[in-house]
Amino acid sequence: MAELFWLIPLIPGASALLLVLFGAKLSRRWVAWQACSAVFLSFLLSSAAFAHLVRLPPGAPGLTKTLFAWISSGPFTSPIAFAFDHLTAVMTLVVTGVGLLIHVYSTAYMAEDRSHARYFAHLNLFTFFMLVLVMASDLVLMFVGWEGVGLCSYLLIGFWFERPAAAKAGMKAFVVNRVGDAAFILGILFLLANVGGSSFSLINKAAGGGLLPSGLMTLVAILLFIGATGKSAQIPLYVWLPDAMEGPTPVSALIHAATMVTAGVYMVCRLSGLYAASGPASTVVAWIGAATALFAAAMALVQNDIKKVLAYSTISQIGYMFLGCGVGAYAAGMFHLVTHAFFKSLLFLAAGSVIHALAGEQDMRRMGGLRKHLPVTFPVFLVGALAISGVPFLSGFFSKDAILTGAFAGGQYALWGAGLLGAVLTAFYMFRLVYMTFYGKERTAMEPGHSIHESPRAMTIPLVILAAFSALAGYVGLPVFFGEKADLFGRYLASSVKSGSPHLAVPTEGLLVLLATASALLGIALAFVFYRRTPALPSRLASRFPGVYRLLVGKYYIDEVYDAVVVRPLVRGAEKVYERFDLKVIDGALNGSAAAAGLAGKGLNFLQSGLVRDYALAFLIGAITFLGFLLL
Amino acid sequence: MIPPPAAFFILAAVLFVLGVLAFFVKKDLLTQFMAVEVMLNAGNLAFLALAKSLGKAEGQVIVLFVITVAAAEAVIGLAIIVLIFRQRKTVQTDELKDLKG
Amino acid sequence: MAWAVFLILSFLCIGSVAAMILSRNQAHNALFLVLSFSSLGGLFGLLDAPFAAAVQVLVYAGAIMVLFLFAIMMFNLRGELPVRVKKTRLAFTVGLGTILLAELLLAGRKLVLGSPGAASAAGGDTARLGHFLFSDYLYAFEITSLLILAALVGALALAGKREGS
Repeated sequence: MAELFWLIPLIPGASALLLVLFGAKLSRRWVAWQACSAVFLSFLLSSAAFAHLVRLPPGAPGLTKTLFAWISSGPFTSPIAFAFDHLTAVMTLVVTGVGLLIHVYSTAYMAEDRSHARYFAHLNLFTFFMLVLVMASDLVLMFVGWEGVGLCSYLLIGFWFERPAAAKAGMKAFVVNRVGDAAFILGILFLLANVGGSSFSLINKAAGGGLLPSGLMTLVAILLFIGATGKSAQIPLYVWLPDAMEGPTPVSALIHAATMVTAGVYMVCRLSGLYAASGPASTVVAWIGAATALFAAAMALVQNDIKKVLAYSTISQIGYMFLGCGVGAYAAGMFHLVTHAFFKSLLFLAAGSVIHALAGEQDMRRMGGLRKHLPVTFPVFLVGALAISGVPFLSGFFSKDAILTGAFAGGQYALWGAGLLGAVLTAFYMFRLVYMTFYGKERTAMEPGHSIHESPRAMTIPLVILAAFSALAGYVGLPVFFGEKADLFGRYLASSVKSGSPHLAVPTEGLLVLLATASALLGIALAFVFYRRTPALPSRLASRFPGVYRLLVGKYYIDEVYDAVVVRPLVRGAEKVYERFDLKVIDGALNGSAAAAGLAGKGLNFLQSGLVRDYALAFLIGAITFLGFLLL
Repeated sequence: MIPPPAAFFILAAVLFVLGVLAFFVKKDLLTQFMAVEVMLNAGNLAFLALAKSLGKAEGQVIVLFVITVAAAEAVIGLAIIVLIFRQRKTVQTDELKDLKG
Repeated sequence: MAWAVFLILSFLCIGSVAAMILSRNQAHNALFLVLSFSSLGGLFGLLDAPFAAAVQVLVYAGAIMVLFLFAIMMFNLRGELPVRVKKTRLAFTVGLGTILLAELLLAGRKLVLGSPGAASAAGGDTARLGHFLFSDYLYAFEITSLLILAALVGALALAGKREGS
């Protein structure tokens, strides 16, 4: 069954095609079943391929399958070729596994929606493109998936396009991603011109073998990373992700938390040979990641929309992943990607369950006291919150610790400190969310007759499964003081990504772990003080430091700055061009040609007598002329 | 002594030009349509004459196709003429000039 | 002998077309055309094309011209049709026709001269013709059958409509 691994992306693709074509005619039950079973089949195939991969002797190459060459131009060919190695296996299992749970959850969450079939068609299509992205064996095909998931993201953010905000958010995501993609394409072109091919193995080999000038490598790595900042919502292109929360909540969980936004991290790990060989680029990656982690965490502190908090949290956590990759701990970055996929999709889905229970309410100021009403959602949410905060023995603790240890071991103490501070903030805003939503007085403004209810089975079962993974997924990558061989995940990935810095001595690492734990607990304690014991404290603080508060609520005014610096000059310039060129030259040419045609028509009108004989005469003259021409 | 293909070809050319003349001189749709049939037949004759002179049977195949298509064309053409006559009570081409610009 | 047949047939052919031009009666026109096409069938026979000759007589002189006669009877235009052609127009048309004739003859001369002179006797073989139709020209042959079917249906749809319906 492992040989059929190339069908993994194609099954959801075929299902999406069917749903796009015939979805409107099929029953809701059938649509939901088809969409879920397509992803389930992919998941089964991925598991089979993974099992095959694990049994291979170490050092053996993974599975590859070349379907056909879709671009063949001179010396350059780009095959449709899928590869399944250790890194791909991780991503594929996450995409199909978490994707499957989210599909199941969606069957209940979207059951009442008008465009049920369109939703599942797009969700399947997204799964297809995401799998193409992670299974592509060369950069060009990866870019196809990269653009495809961007398209699906646009379609699903703007899923409720009747709402202007959703349509606008979809457009914003698309346009901001274009900026990054332009850089990404440039990076691909530079590689094609200098490496002569686009397959990952070729690029990593060329970079590792010193075949490329280091300046060029840095340029390419940074260009590709700019593409990643677009897709993975990092500084400076993160602005689209908070707005993307206009989409349905399961979409936010799948695309904007678990899978698509981590594509940039995957890309950096996939090209770890290139990034490891280029010091400056790695530094840029690490610092951008750290800055984003802090910056976004600070914004999450003051958000009142439950999904916006999670969105900023996602940006921040992806920052952690890049931080890990930037300091050379690629396996740690991937590890955090996996655990984050579990606990963040859990948090989003649980938030969706809350929103569902409150009939669409997303403002945390109108929640509170939901603990008693949501007996399943509350505990799983708590598990997710503890995991993301880095409380010991849950998955987030191990993966975040792996990143911080990697930074410390690489001698990047400043980055390590930033990560630690980010951990405090993370714990704080997560528990602020928990306290505001589940504890305290009930501030819901529900019409009487509508009672707060727990969500149906199809929603709670995926939540419970994700909670189990959020709690336990960390045990595949234990820190070094559990033994040299405890880091199963890191050893498993060793054949696909560059290994990080050497391990630290056990006492040092123990100290780091204690510090990380302390910072998580500190954050939780602060949140407890602020939002549980003395709820007046936050507003007092806000009035005490109005400048800081306004800055954070205004999201540092980045959107306004972009608007003033980029958007408005562009629009004004476009208007100038419109006035000067479009109206005068293009319209002038158009109107002129129309007028000329009209004049010519009036002039030649007499030829159209309407008499057959006259037309035949013209025909005859033409035939005679033509024959004469042939004879001469 | 069989006449040379050239003689048949000359006959075909004369017949074709006569068809053209008939088309222009006549003023009712039916006769003009007949003139078109004459031109088609002149073409057939030319095909056969050339097939003979080149020693190729393809010319005859083409002639068969021309005859088949002409039959189909005649059927449709006459149906259209009948339709025009029903609506306008005339088949005079000089009176049918709705296409005048 | 063959020359005599050729001359008689071509005289009949050209003469009946000329008579068609001069006649003012549609029914006569159609009958002239039957005569013309029948004599053309004879000429086809002279050119070693017996199958084409048979088809010519059956389809053209028979079927198509009968169709024309039916149409003429439907219109019921017994009266003579006026033939009023302006002199200048007639002269112009005749001039153009002369040029066309000259060009056609010129083209024919080029073609006949350019061909290998030895005209083999082959070509009169109906069996070979059938072989061609059902091998090299099979697709074209099948398509013409579809064309005829379409014409049949089309004619029914066009002319079969009753007035007022």
